[in-house]
Amino acid sequence: MSVNVKTIAEMKAQGESPEILFWVGCAGSFDDRAKKITKAFAQLLDKAEVKYAVLGTEESCTGDPAKRAGNEFLFQMQAFSNIQVLNMYDVKKIVTTCPHCFNTLKNEYPELGGKYEVLHHSQFLQQILEDGRLTIEGGSFKGKKITFHDPCYLGRGNGIYEAPRALIEKLDSEMVELKRSRANGLCCGAGGAQMFKEAEPGAKEINIERTEEALEVQPDIIAAACPFCNTMMTDGVKHFEKESKVKVYDLAELVAKAADLK
Amino acid sequence: MISQILFAIALGVAIYFFGRAISKIRRNILLGKDLIFTGTPKDRMVTMLKVAFGQTKMSARPIPAVLHFIVYAGFLIINIEVLEIIIDGLFGTHRVFAFLGPVYNFLIGSFEILAFLVFVACVIFLIRRNTLKIKRFFGREMTAWPKSDANYILIIELLLMGAFLKMNAADYLLQGMGADHYVKAGSYPISSWLVAPLMSGLSEGALIMIERGAWWFHILGILAFLNYLPYSKHFHIVMAFPNTYFSNLKSKGALTNMASVKKEVELMMDPNADPYAVPAPDANAEPQRFGAKDVQDLNWKQLMNAYTCTECGRCTDECPANKTGKLLSPRSIMMDTRDRLEEVGKNIDANKGVFVDDGKGLVHDYISKEELWACTTCNACTEACPINIDPLSIIIDLRRYLVLEESAAPQELNMMSTNIENNGAPWQFSQSDRLKWATED
Repeated sequence: MSVNVKTIAEMKAQGESPEILFWVGCAGSFDDRAKKITKAFAQLLDKAEVKYAVLGTEESCTGDPAKRAGNEFLFQMQAFSNIQVLNMYDVKKIVTTCPHCFNTLKNEYPELGGKYEVLHHSQFLQQILEDGRLTIEGGSFKGKKITFHDPCYLGRGNGIYEAPRALIEKLDSEMVELKRSRANGLCCGAGGAQMFKEAEPGAKEINIERTEEALEVQPDIIAAACPFCNTMMTDGVKHFEKESKVKVYDLAELVAKAADLK
Repeated sequence: MISQILFAIALGVAIYFFGRAISKIRRNILLGKDLIFTGTPKDRMVTMLKVAFGQTKMSARPIPAVLHFIVYAGFLIINIEVLEIIIDGLFGTHRVFAFLGPVYNFLIGSFEILAFLVFVACVIFLIRRNTLKIKRFFGREMTAWPKSDANYILIIELLLMGAFLKMNAADYLLQGMGADHYVKAGSYPISSWLVAPLMSGLSEGALIMIERGAWWFHILGILAFLNYLPYSKHFHIVMAFPNTYFSNLKSKGALTNMASVKKEVELMMDPNADPYAVPAPDANAEPQRFGAKDVQDLNWKQLMNAYTCTECGRCTDECPANKTGKLLSPRSIMMDTRDRLEEVGKNIDANKGVFVDDGKGLVHDYISKEELWACTTCNACTEACPINIDPLSIIIDLRRYLVLEESAAPQELNMMSTNIENNGAPWQFSQSDRLKWATED
């Protein structure tokens, strides 16, 4: 299924401005699993009639993994050119499905000249659901047990714990908390550029430890809110050969399902 | 009179040496680079009152939280008694605050109860630390000295509290006998029944010996303990306050943007930047280093963190890398930073106030690459620290040095960087394909 998306360049050429810029991110653009999240969120924006645009080919990595890997030069070069593009289009409000992009755009760009209102998609979805711009049934999740894995850069990094939970609550399902959740949440193992390298020698992979904990609560669905956490948890579920019983979905996908979009 | 002189000398010597140790630590901390703080003094004060004074972050682990609170409250409140002891010592008085009457009775009574509770808490702490196999007390960095340090602190507290109760018990009995000098003052809800019976039948002379002995042992012990602090992890009782005052008040997710890099990037990327506007480099200036190779490259807040750490290991206990058997331990990062800083300080002392290159650094010699590259930057350590120490910022600064100065990132991360440079994504996909997701099935 294709989605009809406008780039901000197209929109501006027509003399219009978007309500939000959807920052897709590298995973959302290129990773096969994450692309589904991108689509689900885009469909939700369409359904709620949100006027949004993407940067398209003008988007580039925020520099988050480079910065966390110690490559400050590369990070600031990425930031510099991204900020030039965003400022050129006079972007005011950004929504992104990636907590890493979210954190970088929100916390690290302002000092470098990029000042925008930045929201994670869980926050934006919560807003449009509460405003009544988007309505969902939630029926398809009745009786399902959903647990939520807090992404570090959303939770501890930025103190956002409630928005994702509010979305799950609207699904009419049974929410079970993990043993380590919210500020005590355990990392999936992908942050700090670990996603792009082999783990250092150790006894266990971090995502296996986290998935083990998630499987303990016997969920039907592990809800993620970050494309990297999603990969790590999906791999973990496969490791335990539970992929037929336990699904890993992003919040956007869950809401899209409840909104009858899939 | 002789005892007053001896007391004054002991007090003077203790204060002198403590002051000297503190000024060295201050000097060492100020070897760090300056940094800019956000947040108003009011925000900072509130954070300090909550986190250090109110110990709010301790509550995550209730059992040690309660025990620690007892010892902490005991420490704070019994200090009022130390004030009296010092005045008595200097002026040859005895229980100089006795004139407070019922208030004094209440104070001494509560000191006794606290001292007893502190004693019990320290016994439990010793048991926890040495016989229960609590994982965080046995990390790889918990070598002989850190383990002994922890035990010394607890044993000293036991001895001090013991001496305090013994002194009171003897005093109580002497008051009962109507001995000279021993005014009837204070209430002794603990020592009168727990300790005094052990001294029953002793002569007035023997009791005075015990009372004076315990009194001297108690105060000299406190003065010695004071001088032990700067060399011990127990220094946190002092540093917790300034350290939380200077807490990071920004979102934990935010890393600093390096100002030195910002300048270079602007010159490189901004067509309007005038390269000639940059002042000519000073030939005598030390070449600037990106990131941190050694403790002097860190900022003073990070160095203050190192002196604040009390090695409780909550950070390491929560660290996902450590949990899964990797070498990284955030506590070890802090202990290594303090050890190296102490070494640099001694180097400066030995070389008439100037640091002479010893061919060593914090990275490699103290903290290995394997540790640094295991971090997921998840902030579990900073969240877990009861006094807002930030091991993550040190890890990042050391990574910056490895990458920007030594080009020593793991191969896969170099590839990731190359991809970001060439196609604006950490993977090898073309930037022109960024919108393909919208049209794919």
